[in-house]
Amino acid sequence: MASKLPKPPFEHSAGGAGLAADTHATPPKGILRWLLTTNHKEIGSLYLIFSLIMFFIGGIFALVVRLELFQPGLQFVDPEFFNQMTTLHGLIMVFAAVMPAFTGLANWMIPLQIGAPDMALPRLNNFSFWLLPVAFTLLLSTLLMPGGGPNFGWTFYAPLSTTYAPPSTTFFILGMHLAGISSILGAINIIATILNLRAPGMRMMDMPLFVWTWLITAFLLIAVMPVLAGVITMMLLDINFGTSFFDAAGGGDPVLFQHLFWFFGHPEVYIMILPAFGIVSAIIPTFARKPLFGYASMVYATASIAILSFLVWAHHMFVVGLPLVAELFFMYTTMLIAVPTGVKVFNWITTLFQGSITFETPMLFALAFVVLFTIGGFSGLMLAIAPADFQYHDTYFVVAHFHYVLVPGAIFSIMAGAYYWLPKWTGHYPSEVLGRWHFWLSVIGVNLTFFPMHFSGLAGMPRRIPDYALQFADFNLVSSLGAFLFGLSQLLFVAVIVKCVRGGEKAPAKAWEGAQDLEWSVPSPAPLHTFETPPHVIPQPHP
Amino acid sequence: MSPVQRTVSRTLVVLVAMFGFAFALVPLYDVFCRLTGLNGKVDTSAQALMHEAVDDSRYVTVQLVTRSGSGLPWRLEVAQRQLRMHPGQVVEVDFTFVNQSETPQWGRAVPSVSPSNANRHLRKVSCFCFEEQRLAAGERLEVPLVFQLTRDLPAEVHTVTLVYTLYPVEPGALALTPRAPDALDAI
Repeated sequence: MASKLPKPPFEHSAGGAGLAADTHATPPKGILRWLLTTNHKEIGSLYLIFSLIMFFIGGIFALVVRLELFQPGLQFVDPEFFNQMTTLHGLIMVFAAVMPAFTGLANWMIPLQIGAPDMALPRLNNFSFWLLPVAFTLLLSTLLMPGGGPNFGWTFYAPLSTTYAPPSTTFFILGMHLAGISSILGAINIIATILNLRAPGMRMMDMPLFVWTWLITAFLLIAVMPVLAGVITMMLLDINFGTSFFDAAGGGDPVLFQHLFWFFGHPEVYIMILPAFGIVSAIIPTFARKPLFGYASMVYATASIAILSFLVWAHHMFVVGLPLVAELFFMYTTMLIAVPTGVKVFNWITTLFQGSITFETPMLFALAFVVLFTIGGFSGLMLAIAPADFQYHDTYFVVAHFHYVLVPGAIFSIMAGAYYWLPKWTGHYPSEVLGRWHFWLSVIGVNLTFFPMHFSGLAGMPRRIPDYALQFADFNLVSSLGAFLFGLSQLLFVAVIVKCVRGGEKAPAKAWEGAQDLEWSVPSPAPLHTFETPPHVIPQPHP
Repeated sequence: MSPVQRTVSRTLVVLVAMFGFAFALVPLYDVFCRLTGLNGKVDTSAQALMHEAVDDSRYVTVQLVTRSGSGLPWRLEVAQRQLRMHPGQVVEVDFTFVNQSETPQWGRAVPSVSPSNANRHLRKVSCFCFEEQRLAAGERLEVPLVFQLTRDLPAEVHTVTLVYTLYPVEPGALALTPRAPDALDAI
């Protein structure tokens, strides 16, 4: 693996004064190179490889769930193990696959897109990456412990996760703490980079949207990851030190847990989708060969979504017995989010309008994102209607909704970004043939898996159950077949990446005809050190 | 201080503030619930009666529900599961605690009221829920609940449900009842 990635140049220029890489005369070889690297591109690659591995581990857990649900009755796993699979699938996918993938893309692309030589805090960058393998080794090791791993759902509601939790929960808490610290440090680094290291001449409103969306995401992370840390600390105290934050017997309140969790949890949802908006906003203009329609409105829409995300948390809790006023407040604020999101979808479609569109693999994934994410948005609007939510709550309709925004939303955007930037990373174009196969099998797989869940959910099938009533059998059969199709077709993605790293059609500096941003001004593959003398950016007026 | 250091120190301030805010939300939530009466949280201290004329024009059904479980081998019985009363009227109902185990134990009954907008209109003059109870093995304890629904109870409330759930109290945790300071005096 190491030999295929760009080698550090033998001599370091003095251009990037103060960067840690310059303190090594020759970088260490072998594993130490990766353990000690402070280079944003190498750390970016580490993040992306880590998240890909975790994507497969989380995916295997999902396939265990789908295997068990292939037909009614208990076939393959115990209900207890089934619960651990649903829980770990969610935790791994959210915290170990999607979030690190976006951080990896940020590490690789933000310095290149703003003309910076590296991240502002390169050593901190190394530390925040290497926390992740530790965190998720801790988390996954709980599966081998007596009593099993976490089995209370990825939302770890108290008292399931405190009074009735398996003994391994303390490991889960420590793992989540480490993952949280990693995200926070990554966010601090990204904010410091974007605010301080932009090339001369690049104003805030000249930044590519991926940079903008990540800046806003980083602020969300700074605001809510400490709340998550607080919640799991309270759990730790409740479990081990006899406090009663969430224990009604001691004067605490389990509903308080849900408020605190979703105060973190809803902004977290946007942490997983805002960078996706940025990626799609880079890809669609490139392949439509038109500048992005409504750049400024995109920035303001992203900021509005981020602000609104703090005012909607209780829409996850419509059935806990909120007073009518609160139900109405959270229903209306939730619906309000559809407005800035609608602005975004409108802008993407308008960018496509009268463009000279070509359908390379990144564009296919980006277009599928727009369509399928919008479906997820609409089912979200249905769930926002408080009285209707009493029917949908905790059913497969909710599962269908958030998988539509996370799989063909967040994950498709990450894949689109990978196909889009692979020429910059490796110097080779990814295989179009394999890419298309990967795309079409993924689209078919995703829809086969998650579309029937709308129907089984509306018909009343509850979430997180290993067995179900007979009338749901057909929908679940289709979902399971789709899940295996989707899961197996991701092996094609690995094949594309491996082939692309090893060779393939050579990519020029500007790999895509319509690409505009600064990263396309450096050679492909991007050398280890870029922009050691900052480029001078002449601001382009936005149409 | 370099610009990067300035940015980082500012984000660190926000970080620490948000961590503190998460913990501050715990008492804030409690205060919010107490002020608004949301979440079925009732005052765990005795309140004075409102001396007001009984409103004969309407009846309110009061359901009294008791729940044991939660690892405490006690039984909690209520003399009357459901009663009809007028707003303003003062009612006394007897509850019986039975320790069914072979050992003396501490326990407490935690109240919850629904609908939550009836909460502030339920005044308890005397309640066993104010304090932790200690029952010897096999002991029976009969205690009264004296309460009143005030006349300003919203008109749309026709039924008020008062639920008592029994919880064990670990002897070491007796002092750890921050939300019910009055309970400490009773021990």
